[in-house]
Amino acid sequence: MLFRKFSLAVYALLILIPLLVVVLTSVKTLQETFANPLGIPEGGLHFDNYVNIFQEQTMAGYFMNSSVVTLFSVSFTLLFAAMIAFGITRLNNWIGNVLFLLFAFGMMVPAQVSMVPLYSLMLDLNLTNSLFGLILVNVATTLPIAVFILTGFMKTLPKELFEASTMDGAGNWRVFTKIVIPLSLPSLSATAIFLFVMHWNDLLYPLLFITDNAYKTLPLALLEFQGQYATNYPMLFTGVIIASAPMVVAYIFLQRFFVAGITAGAVKG
Amino acid sequence: MKISKSIYLFFIPGFLLYSVFFLYPTVSALFYSFTDWDGFSPAFQFVGLDNYERAFTGDSIFRKTIGNNLKFMLVVVVFQTLVALAFALIVLKNTKTTVFLRALYFFPTILSSVSVAFIWSFIYDPSLGILNQLLELVGLGFLTQNWLGNADLAIYSLAMTQVWFHAGQMLIIFVAGLQAIPQDLYEVAKIEGASKWQTFSKVTWPLLAPSATIVVAYTTIQSFKAFDLVFAMTRGGPNNSTEIIATYIYEVAFRGFQFGYASAISVIFMAIIAIITYVQFKALRSDRISY
Repeated sequence: MLFRKFSLAVYALLILIPLLVVVLTSVKTLQETFANPLGIPEGGLHFDNYVNIFQEQTMAGYFMNSSVVTLFSVSFTLLFAAMIAFGITRLNNWIGNVLFLLFAFGMMVPAQVSMVPLYSLMLDLNLTNSLFGLILVNVATTLPIAVFILTGFMKTLPKELFEASTMDGAGNWRVFTKIVIPLSLPSLSATAIFLFVMHWNDLLYPLLFITDNAYKTLPLALLEFQGQYATNYPMLFTGVIIASAPMVVAYIFLQRFFVAGITAGAVKG
Repeated sequence: MKISKSIYLFFIPGFLLYSVFFLYPTVSALFYSFTDWDGFSPAFQFVGLDNYERAFTGDSIFRKTIGNNLKFMLVVVVFQTLVALAFALIVLKNTKTTVFLRALYFFPTILSSVSVAFIWSFIYDPSLGILNQLLELVGLGFLTQNWLGNADLAIYSLAMTQVWFHAGQMLIIFVAGLQAIPQDLYEVAKIEGASKWQTFSKVTWPLLAPSATIVVAYTTIQSFKAFDLVFAMTRGGPNNSTEIIATYIYEVAFRGFQFGYASAISVIFMAIIAIITYVQFKALRSDRISY
């Protein structure tokens, strides 16, 4: 019993100490960090890093870019994936199965496989240094997992519902928007959170397609800080906190949904 | 019941995007893998299997990256699964404390890999790092290391970061699997006088097999595909000791401008992932248990 409690406490500390260090370091000066990396800042709390980071960097701009990319990527992936999942469920024949397999194939292929040709395609289409381009790639590459999760859910909906409403003269679009979408809300929200975390934190595609500061998203901007400030951890961690804040706040309030969403993605992926 | 043909319209927007930005580049990768394309010049030549031959026989770094991938994967799979399972068993029952602890353990999963990379770069820092400081503090000063700078250790330091990052996620999957086991089986075991170990090995473990397979399968693929942490923490260094296939493809393509060769490596990468997935899919199928 004691051993159990001890283990639980050790694991909790393993999570908490690094996070506390991040928060504490962000309110220290660089000198204090070098003198005493573990300790509490002696000269009181400095919020200079927060002020500086917004003055020196176009932090507000990065934040905006991340928000725009995430919001549009999640919305369009969800909409298109729900439509495809509905189509597959409704068809329920070999065409549907082939399409399902084609999308399932996409879950298996690591992003690095297509990145070289994708990069030259983006250059040809003039879609580098563009948030729109980033959104298009995001939607295309996360569709497979979203289709997979949503198809799994929609297959469990009773077919009689579709058939009855079709008999009443409702077209496919009407069945989709009035019946399937409302009934799929639990699965849609879990998928939305999974996509939200994924897009907000994504590094690879911004790294490949964005070089102009005006279009950088938070993870890419953070990576550039690292190069710029080398070991200025107070500044780096201030960036980390600002970049993570929306996720952390959302997690505190919507914890159950986060867990359901991310584990659904993991289990089905 | 006849379905209106308009159902096919539902596939169009998603399928178009998927074809242009995923299927087409993926198939192109196969095509370019037989060329010497540098990524920019309009002209390139077909070189047959040269790129593949180079990967398997002429490129010692590539062979090293495969070894690094395997080391990273093995350590992550073993540690992550054990940690997740052990702690899932302790925080299984729903009390206020366990619900809070589960939320806390899950927390790192929502952070970005770049953030996790910074946090752990700081922890591992040889002079500032809290890991070395803590070791000194508890009198284990002789264990202090340059965790990311030591070529023999760096890949394991990265693996531990990955475990910190994702063990909580796997823990939750185990908790869900454990909670789905019918309670009466435990009561029967108790009545029969089964020991703790017998209960675990005869009841819990067999019924947990589906979750365990999912956790191992997911962790294997996730760790094999890892890119961000390595890219942000070591860039494959020191001395290629942490170069993994995903970061190597990036290096060859965007620093070496050998798009043709990078494509060949990515095709091999995809083949390895396909094999792993296939093997695990088989295992998943045979492990289905009903109760």
